[in-house]
Amino acid sequence: MLHGYALGAVMATFLGINLFGLFGQLLVGLINGSFYALLALGLAIIFGLLKIINFSQGALYMLGAFTAWMALEYLQINYWWALFLVPLTVGAFGILLERFLIRPIANEDHLYSLLLTFGVALILQGLFTDWFGSSGLPYAIPEELKGGTKLPFMYLPNYRAWIIIFSLTVCAATWFMIEKTKLGAYLRAGTENPQLMQAFGINVPLIVTLTYGFGVGLAGLAGVLAAPVYSVSPEMGSNILIVVFAIVVIGGMGSIGGAILTGLAMGIIEGLTKYFYPEASNTVIFLVMVLVLLVKPSGMFGKEA
Amino acid sequence: MKNKKLNLAIFGLALLAPFALYPVFLMKVLCFALFACAFNLLLGFAGLLSFGHAIFLGTGAYVTGYLMLTYSITPEIGIVAGVIVSALVGLVYGKLAVKREGIYFAMVTLALAQLMFFFYLQAPFTGGEDGLQGVPRGALFGLIDLTDNMVMYYFVLAIFVIGFLLIYRTVHSPFGQVLKAIRENEPRAISLGYKVNQYKLLAFVLSAALAGLAGSTKALVFQLASLNDVHWFMSGEVVLMTLLGGMGTIWGPVLGAVTIVGLQNFLASGPLANYIHVVMGVVFILCVLAFRNGLVGELQRLVKKNF
Repeated sequence: MLHGYALGAVMATFLGINLFGLFGQLLVGLINGSFYALLALGLAIIFGLLKIINFSQGALYMLGAFTAWMALEYLQINYWWALFLVPLTVGAFGILLERFLIRPIANEDHLYSLLLTFGVALILQGLFTDWFGSSGLPYAIPEELKGGTKLPFMYLPNYRAWIIIFSLTVCAATWFMIEKTKLGAYLRAGTENPQLMQAFGINVPLIVTLTYGFGVGLAGLAGVLAAPVYSVSPEMGSNILIVVFAIVVIGGMGSIGGAILTGLAMGIIEGLTKYFYPEASNTVIFLVMVLVLLVKPSGMFGKEA
Repeated sequence: MKNKKLNLAIFGLALLAPFALYPVFLMKVLCFALFACAFNLLLGFAGLLSFGHAIFLGTGAYVTGYLMLTYSITPEIGIVAGVIVSALVGLVYGKLAVKREGIYFAMVTLALAQLMFFFYLQAPFTGGEDGLQGVPRGALFGLIDLTDNMVMYYFVLAIFVIGFLLIYRTVHSPFGQVLKAIRENEPRAISLGYKVNQYKLLAFVLSAALAGLAGSTKALVFQLASLNDVHWFMSGEVVLMTLLGGMGTIWGPVLGAVTIVGLQNFLASGPLANYIHVVMGVVFILCVLAFRNGLVGELQRLVKKNF
């Protein structure tokens, strides 16, 4: 062990690069990437069936974080219950949204549903700004995940490791469900040809509603996960959503796996930039988007132009 | 003929308005009306939803503001410079954005706008969070002092009329007809031999330049250029103005801008001051659900039905 640390100290400034700093930023990048992946995945699932871009995805992520915060503050519902209950609550909210606001205009130009969900995002963000102010609220890391592990090149807080493991598991499970199970086959068939599905006696509107609820529930889940690491604030959703839009343009909406991979990759690229050239860390993902538009406009995993 | 009378009546009203209403409020309305008309050229006539149009408004404002503050130039030169830079940004962004369609176009423009937002946030010449304050209005052509609000109002009105007429001409030109053809059926326009992307790009640049004109003028009116002008919320606001007024109509964006700016002013002094975003969101949803033709669209329908 001692030997390992001595080696670590030598390696710490390998080629003039501060490895402690580098790994630290890589970890931050992986965490951001996990959130990007969850949100992009939700967007891709919703887009697959409804052909709409859910502009309120960011606001629902924010709603998830605030619901977890309120549940703890007012109802003493702890983190683990929140992790289970909040996605259901946000998902249920999404189902109401789809049923009463989005479905009536399902046959109109899809730009209208984009504008509609933008309106929903404005309302949610406005309400929470008024109720809680625009400065962030703290949410404590659950007891079980406090502390951290010392690795050769870095200190890994347990909660951060948990975010990465948990969100990747959720992403992988969702991918498996959609690509490999019967339920997923319905979903994919509904994406290909909803009329034919309907003719086979499958309740397509119900599948659409549930899919929307699920996609939105993923945003709620991301919100709970994010509450202890980022401060819970009304603007947390809009900032991340624009980045996720860029990610969606980079990856293309063609595949579920593509959305997850692009989300993670962009998080890591952002982390690396934060280390090597911090001035560009806010903009690097947008610059990658520009590059992709120049080289392969349909996106890395896109099927259509 | 009837329309001509209506247009003249509105223009006459605009000439007399500052004697009845606060000129700064009216100038704000005119700037936003021009901004919305420029945006409508793209959304209403070419069918392209740009979700980052604030960036052109803000670019115009920053360029004019910076030049007026740093060099002692006259306002018309400041405005021309703002318009040119906005058009150049529009050219670059347009070239990238027209590669994608529909909702992707909206996402690309939003993301590009956010890129520029961070640039303006960090750039040394924008004053960061404070913005550029105390921008001098100067003297038009070095002769007419614009400090007085009444004088400034007629200058802003003149700019608006020029911009509005330019848009009117564009929409009713063969170029405008091709844009509409693209909006209605893009594959058909392509098969007829039109280079669709070039038409879209030209519309984008024109719209960006006019949005820049609105921004440059706004910077002179309020003597301020700030991050608010380039924020995504501003981009959403102009979408709302156009949608509420009636996209694809000539007067719709103007009426939308009057309504929204008026509503914001009214709300700001009332008990709902903290709920401006919420009210905007509600108006958005109502427009989309029940009111897709907008105020002018609905009015036209009523007139057609009853007269």
